[in-house]
Amino acid sequence: MDYLPHTDEQFREMLQTIGVRSFEELLTNIPAEARCTSFNLPEGLSEAEVLQACESLSMPTRSLRELASFLGFGAYHHLVPTVVDSLAARGEWLSPYTPYQAEASQGTLQMIYEFQTMVCELLGMDVANASIYDGASSLAEAALMALRTSARPRLLISEAVHPHYRHVVATYLSGFPCVIQEIPHVEGVTDLEALAAACKDDVAAVLMQQPNVFGCLEPMEQAAAITHRVGGFFVANAYPISLGLIKPPGAYGADIAVAEGRCLGSPVAFGGPGLGLFAAKQSFLRRMPGRLAGCTTDQAQRRGFTLTLQTREQHIRREQATSNICTNEGWLCLRATIFLSLLGPQGLRDMASLNVHKAHTVFERLRTFEWIEPVFAQPFFNEFAVRYKGRTVEAVNQALLTRGVVGGLSLEPWYPSLGESALWCATELTSEEQVNRMIDALTSVRGA
Amino acid sequence: MQIPEGLRYTKTHEWVKRLDGQAQVGITSHAQEELRDVVYVELPQVGRTVKQGEATAVVESVKAAFDIYAPVSGTIVQVNTALSTSPQLVNQDCYGQGWFFAITPSNPPELNGLMGPADYEQLIKAAAH
Amino acid sequence: MSETIEMTDKDLSAEPLIFERSVPGRRSYRLPPVSLPKPLESLLPADALRAEPPALPEVDELGVVRHFTRLSQLNFSVDTQFYPLGSCTMKYNPKLNDRIASWSRCALVHPMQPESTAQGLLGLLFELEQLLCQITGMAAFTLQPAAGAQGELTGLKIIRAYHRAKGHPRSTILIPDSAHGTNPASAALSGFRVVKLASGPDGLIDLRELEQHLSDDVAALMLTNPNTLGLFEKDIFAISNLLHEHGGLVYLDGANMNALLGIVKPGDIGVDLIQLNLHKTFSTPHGGGGPGAGPVGVTKALEAFLPTPRVGRRGEQYVFEDGGTHSIGRVHGFYGNVGVLVRAYVYIRTLGKEGLQGVSRAAIINANYLKAKLAELLPVPFDTHCLHEFVASLKALKAHGVSAWDVAKRLLDEGFYAPTVYFPMIVEEAFMVEPTETESKETLDAFAQALTRIVDEAKARPDVVKHAPERLPVGRVDEVKAAREPNLRWAKKRG
Repeated sequence: MDYLPHTDEQFREMLQTIGVRSFEELLTNIPAEARCTSFNLPEGLSEAEVLQACESLSMPTRSLRELASFLGFGAYHHLVPTVVDSLAARGEWLSPYTPYQAEASQGTLQMIYEFQTMVCELLGMDVANASIYDGASSLAEAALMALRTSARPRLLISEAVHPHYRHVVATYLSGFPCVIQEIPHVEGVTDLEALAAACKDDVAAVLMQQPNVFGCLEPMEQAAAITHRVGGFFVANAYPISLGLIKPPGAYGADIAVAEGRCLGSPVAFGGPGLGLFAAKQSFLRRMPGRLAGCTTDQAQRRGFTLTLQTREQHIRREQATSNICTNEGWLCLRATIFLSLLGPQGLRDMASLNVHKAHTVFERLRTFEWIEPVFAQPFFNEFAVRYKGRTVEAVNQALLTRGVVGGLSLEPWYPSLGESALWCATELTSEEQVNRMIDALTSVRGA
Repeated sequence: MQIPEGLRYTKTHEWVKRLDGQAQVGITSHAQEELRDVVYVELPQVGRTVKQGEATAVVESVKAAFDIYAPVSGTIVQVNTALSTSPQLVNQDCYGQGWFFAITPSNPPELNGLMGPADYEQLIKAAAH
Repeated sequence: MSETIEMTDKDLSAEPLIFERSVPGRRSYRLPPVSLPKPLESLLPADALRAEPPALPEVDELGVVRHFTRLSQLNFSVDTQFYPLGSCTMKYNPKLNDRIASWSRCALVHPMQPESTAQGLLGLLFELEQLLCQITGMAAFTLQPAAGAQGELTGLKIIRAYHRAKGHPRSTILIPDSAHGTNPASAALSGFRVVKLASGPDGLIDLRELEQHLSDDVAALMLTNPNTLGLFEKDIFAISNLLHEHGGLVYLDGANMNALLGIVKPGDIGVDLIQLNLHKTFSTPHGGGGPGAGPVGVTKALEAFLPTPRVGRRGEQYVFEDGGTHSIGRVHGFYGNVGVLVRAYVYIRTLGKEGLQGVSRAAIINANYLKAKLAELLPVPFDTHCLHEFVASLKALKAHGVSAWDVAKRLLDEGFYAPTVYFPMIVEEAFMVEPTETESKETLDAFAQALTRIVDEAKARPDVVKHAPERLPVGRVDEVKAAREPNLRWAKKRG
């Protein structure tokens, strides 16, 4: 199937209009040696055959429909309201390009303006852009912006920031003249003493996460104060759903706030696409990476929207651009805007409360096993770490999987000092049936 | 096309005015016409030392951003803060209230190497062809 | 038969902001009831809680549906009209791709699930990599970059790592002046110095200019082929040989791959790295500005530098493999834009070998046909057949005071999205047209007719063109005001 509308007759007519006898004549500028001699691909298929082939291909995957998953670790299985899917499926949302021709893109531009407003409200910041690729790249762009704005060479990042995010920051900054220093965690939160000791006046920014990778709530206000004492920027990586209840970055002194916004109306999708939220204080306005939609008027004084402050961007500033970002995550911005419009402040608060409820219920039920104990004593939102006595995380998870349950993620690859510990998460979608199934499966796990 | 007497000019369309031992710098009428509506000006820090030809400020329109180069070497002694609230001054009064920054020259002879009004006029005419 | 949609005033009245539809206390969505095992205050410390709820709108579900439906109707889109944006490849986005990408076994899978439970998806990613290798002639791919620009960044970091591993770090990247703006931006971001190469009189890379700039500090040449004028770099073998002789690499910006499918494989013409834009050549939806995907293909010599993790096969099982010590690291929180990758996979399987060959053929014929139809109206500065896109110059209209921008705006009145204007910068009053292969001859004829009308109008009544658009919900927006007085968010008026 090829989606071409042409008939052979039309192709002939067109070649005639062009003034050539064959298609080959249009390729005269391509040297013969450059022409490929093989193109070994499977044959094309009809729609029905494609559906069958993909059905077979997908059979060995078990989705979150059949598995009871207690995984988090930066990817959260949250509800997607029906209306988000049906509205976002419209071709007028899916198929336009970046809104460079403002008058023909008022839908997208107004939606981005609404999105920017909601992100500011959620994160408690002054200005937000139209998104970066995902939470991790947002954090990396935040680090870059802080380094360039402060002209200082050092970055401090907590070990309790998600390891993949730290890796992305390091990858982005390789080749940039700066030093990245990691601050250790103690008892599940960033070691403030170590942070204070490391905070000298060559520090451009401190990067922390709330809740952190262990699900624990960090002392963000104190960390921000320590950072500001040396004139550094405090950068917070937040969890959007949690912001229905917990304090946003703007309220605890963040200068720049980022987040993974996929949880606002988009499915987990094996970790991508994501939606990188990026917001900052007003003073960063002209240094922000990414696109910005602004409100203005036309000659008849009608309200309209347009991309603005584009001179910072790649298509104008070229090598002096604030960033190189071109395509962002527009369709997920739309989904997030619809999602937040549907839920409203009360709905988001209810959703956050449900997460707290479910996670703490699971926590209490896990604790009834004498061989399971919490690793940390910190307050948490919807994620927490437990340690197993006399059993390995691997053995526990294997037993759980036989009952269709995916247990807490082993933290060993990144935090080996924590021993046989696992990261558990529950969201508003975690059902009683799933919890019972999990508890049942746990009782069958043999000890050493 | 306004090209006032008494000023010196650069190939990159900056003008320089000698004012109380300082070199005041702005962009020419030709430059602001090409740029069209100025929306933002990024000015250097006072106290910064610059070399002749070094990119020192940035002027932005909706569709373009251009570097403004120091016509002479020296230290930035003043910047026109009015431009942050009223960037349109660059279009309205480019030789007067639309000035960008002032340098204390470290190498005064450099000024003599710049173009006079007649030579600058030639430059614009030649570029138009 | 008209290919455009007639828009009436009734359809296009201004739509309030969602906040302007908000009424305090209005509720829409309901969640299951909450009952906490302990009071909230004992679970979360008071000083961790939000003092003020976020000022999100309070709207009913029907209100939300009407708002976002009406907003969508203010957009031009591929689904509603011809969208010949040069260098963007705005082809039809098959709904079949979306359908499969929304299956639970694609969309509801956690990235950290045990690999044994995600074999279908891992298999798809593995196969996609193989297919892209076959299509491009490259030895290996990373699917992690979330967009073309991120692919460029990834490629540049690989280039940097390669030269450092050889013990000779190099600091310069050569980029033709016709290149897309992301090229120099990505290079600068990666810590390289950018040297611009002036194009030759035929719009192609000038070999002498290239030779003059080559040195043992040149890490790579970033080029686009066909270039942004839609012309094939016929000296490509000489170009890549020159680079390789000097120990440099050749990076291909694969944005224009739509012209090369089944005709030229970048791996055969000396390319060391290429980024593809799946949201261009491979039909995934542009989404109003993303998500895209920018996989990067490399030669065997560069495979070790690819981001981590990779998808490998051990016997019958697909597994994630660590990238190894030479890997440049990670550019994405997980594995890339999997939702987009699934769509591209479905597209490639649907079209298959002959279908993909047919894509480049029809894209090239469509572009040359349109160019021929417009030959008298819009001269193309380079007198040769183009490939999948062409760049015309509208400088002749300057005599009437009409610019390319004005013509673009008037095209909107005619119901067509405008081609790319003012890019590439080397053509005056540039008008870059890429019809793509999914457009019919009737559409191209209608577009040519509309442009003819506009050019006539520009000569007879230039004011109309200069004040276009006049048939859309807004006229030309004041971009100067938007930049001078940035208003980037709605705020409640203090009463």
